[in-house]
Amino acid sequence: MAEAAKATQAVKGEHGYHGNVHERSKALMEAWAAESARRARTGEPSATIMISGNCVEILRAFDIHPLFPEVSALQMAIRKQSLPLILKAEQVGYSSDNCAYVKADIGYLLSGGYGPEGTLPRPALVLCNYVGRNVYVKWFEHLAEFTKAPLYVLDIPFLREARPSPDDVAYVVRQLREVIALCEGITGKRFDIDRLREILAYSARAEEGWVRAKELCKAHPAPFDAYFDSINMMGPINVLRGTRECAEFFDAAVPEYEGMVARGEGPLPEERFRTVVEGPPPYPYYRSFRNLFAKWGAVAVQSTYSTVGGIWEFGFRHDPERPLESIAEQMLVQNLTNRSLLDRYGQIRAYVEGWRADALVIHSIKSCRLFSAGQGDMREYFTKELGVPTLLVESDLEDPRYYAEAQMRNRIDAFFEALEHKKVMGR
Amino acid sequence: MTFEAIVEECRARLARPPGEVAATWKAEHPGGRAIGCFPVYTPLELIHAAGALPLAVAGGGTTVELTHADSRFQSFVCSIAKTTLELGFQGRLAGLDGVLFHSICDVARNLSSVMRRNFPDLFVEYLHLPQNTASEAAVDYLEAEYRRLLARLEGLVGHPVTDDDLARSILAHNWRRGLLRRLYAFRAQAPHLLSLAECALLTRAAGAMPVESYGPLLEAALVALGAREGRLKDRVRVVVEGAFCEQPPLGLLEVIEEAGCYVLDDDLMTGWRWFTEDVPVDGAPLRALAEAYRDRSEYSSIRHDWRKPKAQGLLEKVRRAGADAVLFLPAKFCEPALFDYVLYREALEREGIPHLVVEFEEKQWTFERTRNEIETFVESLLFD
Ligand code: SF4
Ligand code: SF4
Repeated sequence: MAEAAKATQAVKGEHGYHGNVHERSKALMEAWAAESARRARTGEPSATIMISGNCVEILRAFDIHPLFPEVSALQMAIRKQSLPLILKAEQVGYSSDNCAYVKADIGYLLSGGYGPEGTLPRPALVLCNYVGRNVYVKWFEHLAEFTKAPLYVLDIPFLREARPSPDDVAYVVRQLREVIALCEGITGKRFDIDRLREILAYSARAEEGWVRAKELCKAHPAPFDAYFDSINMMGPINVLRGTRECAEFFDAAVPEYEGMVARGEGPLPEERFRTVVEGPPPYPYYRSFRNLFAKWGAVAVQSTYSTVGGIWEFGFRHDPERPLESIAEQMLVQNLTNRSLLDRYGQIRAYVEGWRADALVIHSIKSCRLFSAGQGDMREYFTKELGVPTLLVESDLEDPRYYAEAQMRNRIDAFFEALEHKKVMGR
Repeated sequence: MTFEAIVEECRARLARPPGEVAATWKAEHPGGRAIGCFPVYTPLELIHAAGALPLAVAGGGTTVELTHADSRFQSFVCSIAKTTLELGFQGRLAGLDGVLFHSICDVARNLSSVMRRNFPDLFVEYLHLPQNTASEAAVDYLEAEYRRLLARLEGLVGHPVTDDDLARSILAHNWRRGLLRRLYAFRAQAPHLLSLAECALLTRAAGAMPVESYGPLLEAALVALGAREGRLKDRVRVVVEGAFCEQPPLGLLEVIEEAGCYVLDDDLMTGWRWFTEDVPVDGAPLRALAEAYRDRSEYSSIRHDWRKPKAQGLLEKVRRAGADAVLFLPAKFCEPALFDYVLYREALEREGIPHLVVEFEEKQWTFERTRNEIETFVESLLFD
């Protein structure tokens, strides 16, 4: 394709990203942020919690407002505000090799971002849902130290066999009960299981919609980019899960995408390559990174990053009939991070086959060894064992210093040129 | 045997890759199995009670050239993960029947997967040690987790393991750990008579030998040490913290002392020492091990005990040793150590305890810059 034509496609593509889903997601997330800011002033209870396999429903059952430091950190990166915060954290001893998400958040905290003068409330509880991520533990340990808020680390045994053992489940459920007792203490409210069931019903409804949207990406063209546009749905499904607004958001998103599929519309004027993307995006350069793919007509039809919070496309739903057990199951099994790297290979393989992708793109994140350590082996597996063309590029999800645009572009261009060549020859 | 000869014996044993050690031992113990233990803490008793030989599998130090492993793990991953994998690619783990990993960090976690895929004949097991030791539920959980591991080991060796087997193994390892505590106590009292490098060699050898032959060797070393003489010099007395997983090169340990420090305590090979006192043998053994993990363990960057901050553990160690300063020695890219540094630093500054950070890599072989840094630090303490 001529350079000029490619450029036109990229520009058109940019305008095609946004739909109602994007706008509604933005509005919901802004409302969540406004509620955080309001609670920073009023002192009504909030708790920090992690995205991966979380138990936000329990907090919700007590009207404890959930804060997600990961989300605040990525928002700072998108707004290009992360670097000074990262540097601030490095001044107090964080290493250049520590996860920059943590540094941006702690940098924000040290700049007064948490508390009555800031946009985030000082949490009444620092609740760390440890789901196979050791960095989470360190992050929340530090948050608790710096905010002087009580810390509870909800230990989720790593998925070591195909299924968690009854002992694993019992361990998690016992801890969930301890969390409930803590929440009762914080709010002075009695735990109401029926309220939790209602919340879980909303969760399940949203999960159903999210899965349906992802299923629609099996269409050619896919109605949205399951990596770059997924972020619009990841906000609601992870941050607002269990609310009516979240369920309604997905109720509305699905028909919108169904309509696009019926009309043969996708996020780009032409879908020329279908990819599965592994790894978080470079938030400080989100748009420019996206354009490097859009220019080639490459659309992600599935992504692993969109399943950090939960994996629902293989059938799991929260179950109001089994409230604590299904929360435990989500934390133990049904999220990307509490599963082994080999489980992730299996998940990606299912995506490549089920969503009929042409290639795998691995975005390797310096900050995040949980995602990235061993991705060279992943590339080896997909190229050598499965014959799936695989591209590996490196940068960071939060720290703008690790994004080398020219190098990135060269690698991406070379990869898609080769892929295009293969396609032409294959015809 | 003289003390020096014992140290040389340890050095020679450590020069052999774990696969070779395993193969030799198995030739002498037909039907025996050998299990590699990735740092930090492994319940060795379970392996030992199953009649298998636990050996440390902890990277390759300066002895391996990376040929394959660096294409599997990126440049920003610690060295031990890559050299351990490389040992596998180079056939230097052949002889081991399995390798055990556990929940120390995100890298080790992924490494266990990569090992499993690349070495399908190896029994690769992952142990989830509890991260919420404050919860009452943790001990029950850990006991069940040990039972699960034991069942897997029983499957591997092909026979059941009894409580008596376990109790005997606890006694054997209590003995070994007790000897190591004596070695450390000796150095804390007389750091001029036992150098850091010597101490490290003696400790590391625990991971390269069966406990039955290691114990007598260490006993002999302790006896021989008693006869050593020397004069205490004017040096800065430090505690070394942060090198609990990847081990610093011996050359670096020598430089620390040459630059003017006495090391009174450290966390080198902490997983092979781990308990602060003996594990009781009067109850159910797996329960006792699980309780000991919660209640009798050293504080560590990779063990989370919310009842007591790690920084308090470090401060107590410094005071107990009567140290003047802390030398923080994290492996390059070691995230647990680098994160903890922030809280350690805060506590040390609050208490007015000076510290210096020196990052290392196991395969490093020149230390001139480090020497200068430590010398400057020492001078600032001695002459200020
Ligand atoms: S290391 Fe990765 S998974 Fe962990 S907090 Fe950082 S970005 Fe998230
Ligand atoms: S050196 Fe640190 S980062 Fe590397 S495996 Fe050990 S604990 Fe993990």
